[in-house]
Amino acid sequence: MPRGGGLRPVLLVVVLTALLVLLCLLSIALGALSIPIDEVVRALFGHPESTRVENVIWSVRIPRTALGLAAGAALGLAGALMQALTRNPLADPGVLGVSAGAAFAIVVSIAFLGVGSLFGYIWFAFAGALVASVAVYLLGGLGRSGQTPVKLALAGVAVTSLLTSLTGAVALTEPDALNRYRFWNAGSLADRDAGVVLQVLPFLVVGALLALSSAPALNSLAFGDDVAASLGRRLGLVRLRGVAAVTLLTGAAVVAIGPVVFVGLVVPHVARVLAQQAGIGPDHRWLLPLSAVLAPCLVLAADIIGRLVVRPSEIQAGILVAFIGAPFFIALVRRRRLAEV
Amino acid sequence: MTPSASASSAAVTGSSRRTFRLAVPPVSGVLRPRLAAVCAALAAGVFLVFCWGVTIGDYPIGLGEVMKALAGSGDPGTLLVVRELRLPRAVVGLLAGVAFAVSGALFQTMTRNPLASPDMIGIIEGAGTAVVAGIVLGWDGGLGTQSLGLLGAVVTALVVYVLAWRRGTTGYRIILVGIGVAWMCTSATDFLIARGGRFQAQAAMGWLVGNLNGRDWPQVGPLAVAVAVLVPAALLLGRWMRTLQLGDDLATSLGTPVQRVRLALLLVGVGLIAFATAAAGPVAFVALAAPQIAQRLAGTAWPPLVASGLTGALAVLSADLIARTLIPGTELPVGIVTGVLGAPVLLWLLIRANRAGSGG
Repeated sequence: MPRGGGLRPVLLVVVLTALLVLLCLLSIALGALSIPIDEVVRALFGHPESTRVENVIWSVRIPRTALGLAAGAALGLAGALMQALTRNPLADPGVLGVSAGAAFAIVVSIAFLGVGSLFGYIWFAFAGALVASVAVYLLGGLGRSGQTPVKLALAGVAVTSLLTSLTGAVALTEPDALNRYRFWNAGSLADRDAGVVLQVLPFLVVGALLALSSAPALNSLAFGDDVAASLGRRLGLVRLRGVAAVTLLTGAAVVAIGPVVFVGLVVPHVARVLAQQAGIGPDHRWLLPLSAVLAPCLVLAADIIGRLVVRPSEIQAGILVAFIGAPFFIALVRRRRLAEV
Repeated sequence: MTPSASASSAAVTGSSRRTFRLAVPPVSGVLRPRLAAVCAALAAGVFLVFCWGVTIGDYPIGLGEVMKALAGSGDPGTLLVVRELRLPRAVVGLLAGVAFAVSGALFQTMTRNPLASPDMIGIIEGAGTAVVAGIVLGWDGGLGTQSLGLLGAVVTALVVYVLAWRRGTTGYRIILVGIGVAWMCTSATDFLIARGGRFQAQAAMGWLVGNLNGRDWPQVGPLAVAVAVLVPAALLLGRWMRTLQLGDDLATSLGTPVQRVRLALLLVGVGLIAFATAAAGPVAFVALAAPQIAQRLAGTAWPPLVASGLTGALAVLSADLIARTLIPGTELPVGIVTGVLGAPVLLWLLIRANRAGSGG
């Protein structure tokens, strides 16, 4: 953590981390079978009340919570990174075409390759996300002017729209593909076992390291390309590293929990306001970690509420993320002039 | 866009604008020959594709006969087919294209953000939620898809404006609030699709990609009135819009009534997009891409309204032509083709732009 702002930023991080820990415990405790918090803590430290509780905790709740934590943090980081790279506060982690690529790969793998199992398509989806993102990166860099943030964003929009249309075409002609796609598309943490978490985790870790290490470069990038270049930043490398990080983080998160990219749009705005309150300003060395802590709070809260409102059935976390995040976001927008990127 | 963008495009095209001053009558202004030429070419293209689209169907009619029928002559059978069966679809495509594109140009100019198309501030999403709810829950209320879509669009737009109002609005705040509302609507739509049955999901998806199949005259009426009123209004607002682009403070000091102009622009933009979506569904990408394409074709520093509208119409009509002829016997939804075709066109224009300034 960088210095600056005195004690308040440290306090902010401590409070947010405590909130996140609390949400993790609640996520393990609440659901169709509610377990008292003290029992959760005892089970976590290896002294369970009963094997049934132990089973629920270790095979269902903990993988689910870990996935919410990891995917949420990834989407938060990717969002903050994407907004900094494109210098556009409206950018979300899906801007590079990552979630559209995953969606297209999913419908194609179901419709034409006969992938039937629930998570057989994870690798197809991840490959689709990678290909889409690389295509956007290359297309955004073509032409004599080289790469500019606006070109990157517009190339992303174009590729996203192309893939979304193709996804629609396949889904309309292949009812089976639509049938699976619509459940993935709603976005959920339910029914993912520990295997899914372990499959995506390595990509998330590498992506997070790339993202966090590019924070100082993002601070210079905020002054504009010319200033950043004269400060000694190699723009091409900064963008390449940023795009690689966004692709790994968003791709892995989206294939596991669905296209919940709204998290990545909202959370950096909240992080910016909090950072301003704490007197640190738009410093990406703070904004990235703050986003990485705030985003899983939102995802886990949405997941917990989704489990409780229609017990024993569930509402998908992806739906509730929007219904919790959006009012909060709107209130924030109304309360103040949002800190510009 | 930066001032250097317009200067550089002037250098590239020789003289993309010229001022003139007449003594009698006392008129002065700016001539943009390239913009005028682009508009004329686009208009010719729109007319051609419009007529061509009318020739296609179970009963083929020649291009000459179509033009005669449009003028009101020809044999009664052809006249009937053209007027009652083919024209409504073509007219909805034409008007929806104009409406989407002009609305997109207004939003992009107002917010100075090429990503800020009306697609993303909740209006289309609100229409989608209303229509999909109608399909999945069976809450049609006797309104029919078009009225339901219009209702959803207008209610969402009102919600966005009210939520963004705090002693006046700013373009930026409207967009951000709109994005929040749009995500709520999209989530609700996704939830409904995931909850509904297979066939309901299919029907909902069919509407959500944008479709011109089976349009009839009663569906043309509301859209035609909206375009006839709102597009001229947009053109009248054009002068204020350009000062608004300089930022609120500068625009105020140049004598622009910022809040009133912004409300008027919003009303016009939202009205256009709402009626177009209700009639044709959310046809992908036209609102975002057409203004950007027109801007690059005309070499201007902002999305030109007339050229944008014509580009939009050309895009939707050509896409519908392709959608109907690509696979014989099958009619693809037009939105799929606009999405697939619009993307490479926008990409090509992006790549071809030879200055950093005109790249964005």
